[in-house]
Amino acid sequence: MADPVLSIRDLTVEIPTRHGILRPVDRVSYDIAQGEILGVVGESGAGKSMAGNAVIGLLTPPAHIAGGEIRLNGQRIDTLGPRALRRLRGKDIGMVFQDPLTSLNPLIRIGDQLTETMLTHLDISRKEAEARAIAALDEVGIPGAARRIDSYPHEFSGGMRQRVVIALALCAEPSLVIADEPTTALDVSVQAQIIALLKRLCRERGTAVMLITHDMGVIAETADRVAVMYAGRLAELGPVRDVLTKPQHPYTHGLMASTPLASRGQARLHQIPGAMPRLDAVPDGCAFHPRCPAAQARCTASPRPVAQDGAAACWFPRIKQEVS
Amino acid sequence: MTDHPAPPKDLPKDPSRLRIALQSDFFYSFRRSPVAVVSAVIVLTMVLAALFAPLIAPTNPFDPASLNLMNGFTPPSTPNAFTGDSFVLGTDDQGRDVLSTILYGMRISLFVGLAAVLFAMVLGISLGLLSGYAGGWTDTVIMRAADVQLTFPSILVAMLIFGVAKGVTPVEYRDQMAIWVLIVAIGLSDWVQFARVVRGATLVEKNKDYVAAARLIGRRPGAIMMRHILPNVLSPVLVIATISLALAIIAEATLSFLGVGAPPTQPSLGTLIRIGQGFLFSGEWWILFFPAITLLTLALSVNLLGDWLRDALNPRLR
Amino acid sequence: MLAFIIRRVAQSALVLLIVGLVAFSMFRFVGDPIDNMLGQERTQADIERLRVQLGLDQPFPVQYYKFLEGAVQGNFGVSYRQGRPVAEILLERAPATLELAAVSGLLAIVLGIALGVFTAIRRNGVMANVIMSASLIGVSLPTFLIGILLIYLFSVELGWLPSFGRGETVRVGDWWTTGFLTPSGRAALILPSITLGLYQMTLIMRLVRSEMLEVLRQDYIRFARARGLRDRVVNFRHALKNTMVPVITVIGLQLGAIIAFAIITETVFQWPGVGLLFINAVQFVDIPVMAAYLMLISVMFVGINLIVDLLYFLIDPRLRVDRAGGH
Repeated sequence: MADPVLSIRDLTVEIPTRHGILRPVDRVSYDIAQGEILGVVGESGAGKSMAGNAVIGLLTPPAHIAGGEIRLNGQRIDTLGPRALRRLRGKDIGMVFQDPLTSLNPLIRIGDQLTETMLTHLDISRKEAEARAIAALDEVGIPGAARRIDSYPHEFSGGMRQRVVIALALCAEPSLVIADEPTTALDVSVQAQIIALLKRLCRERGTAVMLITHDMGVIAETADRVAVMYAGRLAELGPVRDVLTKPQHPYTHGLMASTPLASRGQARLHQIPGAMPRLDAVPDGCAFHPRCPAAQARCTASPRPVAQDGAAACWFPRIKQEVS
Repeated sequence: MTDHPAPPKDLPKDPSRLRIALQSDFFYSFRRSPVAVVSAVIVLTMVLAALFAPLIAPTNPFDPASLNLMNGFTPPSTPNAFTGDSFVLGTDDQGRDVLSTILYGMRISLFVGLAAVLFAMVLGISLGLLSGYAGGWTDTVIMRAADVQLTFPSILVAMLIFGVAKGVTPVEYRDQMAIWVLIVAIGLSDWVQFARVVRGATLVEKNKDYVAAARLIGRRPGAIMMRHILPNVLSPVLVIATISLALAIIAEATLSFLGVGAPPTQPSLGTLIRIGQGFLFSGEWWILFFPAITLLTLALSVNLLGDWLRDALNPRLR
Repeated sequence: MLAFIIRRVAQSALVLLIVGLVAFSMFRFVGDPIDNMLGQERTQADIERLRVQLGLDQPFPVQYYKFLEGAVQGNFGVSYRQGRPVAEILLERAPATLELAAVSGLLAIVLGIALGVFTAIRRNGVMANVIMSASLIGVSLPTFLIGILLIYLFSVELGWLPSFGRGETVRVGDWWTTGFLTPSGRAALILPSITLGLYQMTLIMRLVRSEMLEVLRQDYIRFARARGLRDRVVNFRHALKNTMVPVITVIGLQLGAIIAFAIITETVFQWPGVGLLFINAVQFVDIPVMAAYLMLISVMFVGINLIVDLLYFLIDPRLRVDRAGGH
């Protein structure tokens, strides 16, 4: 396999506060290959979005990258200066935000928002940018694109606006798209359309996708591989089939058992006791141990287990338990 | 494991209210801000000095018996050529000690400022609660009145009220009434902000389930609103009140400076500056300078305090 | 859009009617007009004749209507103090105030917006913090003290600029007098317009800064950055445009405030405008002048507000569509 498009190694994000240093992302590693969709799941506050923001260089101070490295197409990007990072954004990495109602500037025509993005990154004339803007809107399924180019965001529905956002994220043909909860704010009936659209466009172009979501159903349908995050750490990483059907980490297992997947037909949903710890109170050792049914003495002590591709962050993964 | 982390062990089991206050984020950010501490100390000192002016002031500038016209225009800390008397901040044209007039003037400035803000606060909170709770016609009338008044700068509104009040007061009472008229005029020109904040909070709270629940068990919703809404709007009201205080002090000084405020028989800092302006060209700068510096320090300290308070109580801006 | 304009005009008219009622009530109930107009030697017949002449024998609504009728035609009665028609006095004084307000307003808006944007973008910079601290002093410094300070510095100590009056003026047209055309007129304008504009400038600057910081936190700004747009484009094309929507209203109000605050500046500099006229009227309870000034300034405020509302339409496309009933 060729070099991965995105490669994250031991990425750590820190936020200094008066109560101490918080680590919303703690030694997380994963790769995304060309044309691959990596689903990143976890509860809110697990650090999924923070990792995405770190990659695109949009952490809000005082949050900052405190360790590890990020490589895009082999080139290290976490050490780049603000100017170089700015040129990277939009051109090499596209981003789709959660709420399409707030992510488009209400006072600027969508056509202008598209052309300004393309003119920033691509060496083309304004005329060509306008033509491409129409094509881009057409491609994301906006009817009458040539006419709608002069519309303002408020003239579109939520689903249509998210299509515009996707067109904006992809208009400079980036090699990686970070989609941060792209369907959470949408009506259920529209969610599937948007996911299908994103999937189709990225497959056609061979774009790598980091799909951040807490929706297991979306992951099961869309992702090739999945990264499960818990309290800022990677719990488990692997092909979507393996993680969903044979979860190694007790947390992933609990998460699967508590997800109402239609295929399962369970009578009762499982509950994981307790709640994810707040970032200022992450316990020593494995962060999950206070809630883990299989926790042992080793789990409460440092060093903690760290996940790798195909190997969960657990001293006693479930596969081995079943074997023994 | 519960939802919340255990409290730190060094906390006493049943901390007193003072301890809670001292350990709060609010107090922490106060101690961390030298500007806030310094302005608080200045404001406190000035309030105390004003309060105890009769005890601190070297002379009573309004007691004609203690005045000696020969002492007029004595420069600061220099013995008078005729009488040999010396005054720290000098004297004015009538031989009044400038330091004493400032202390007494501050008393009037602070009194008018505080009373006006209190008046505006009580009026604004009541009208805001009424407006938000009653809704309908009452709300429309109150809020339209607020809109119309907001169209006009409060200093102009205060001047008009002052002028009208002066018109209806018999001439012989005008000086005595001036201070109270000032308070009402400044207070009336400044209630809108309080009313708006309280009304907004009332509208939000009104539709919450607990109000419905309280109605169901037969509680008077009005009483419930008072108990639940006022605590909710405490911090914005506090911020508005502090900033209003600075504005009220400046408004009072401005009106008095313009000659439509505190009369020369009861001079506030603004009146003193008005008097002092006349001597600027002839070189007696101290008659103007010291009251002006006092006013500026007072207004700036209160403003800085209000500014800090706004940031400290608004977590979004942290 | 037409419906909206009609509604706004109707609202403005209502405001003017209310203000008119206030002005008329002042007229009618503060002090006795007859007392004010007749001297000590008056007979009951004189009083009766004047009552009828002034229309005071008619019911209140009729009197109010007559007052409005007069006001619309510029007839505000006679000044108690000067014994001349109020309209005549106001007209004579208006150019001085309007010229002062125009220069100050321009100063406040241009500098206020520029500094507000600067301090918002460089919110943690040294220069921005210095400006912000200075602005707080500016807000705490009463206008009259700024004026006195400037007079002391530039007139008393340095002797560069005049400390009072308008300098030499030139008559333009039937009734307008301008100070722009003579060197002394221009020199006289400098200190008062700085005094008057400084406070409004500080307010506008602080408002622009806080609105812009709010806008810079919005999702669409994050998205604009995520698309790699240049900082200049994000700040000036995206953020500034959205900042201006709420700011425009306040700037409109500030323009009105400048005309009112001119009272203070005019007093400090003995500037012969309507503000000085008004403050003298308040001191001497010259009710007709007070009432006329109130009406005049309301018409200006309401007019400015109306213009601001129309500007809103040009800037915010959401209003254009929603209110026009296009969707």
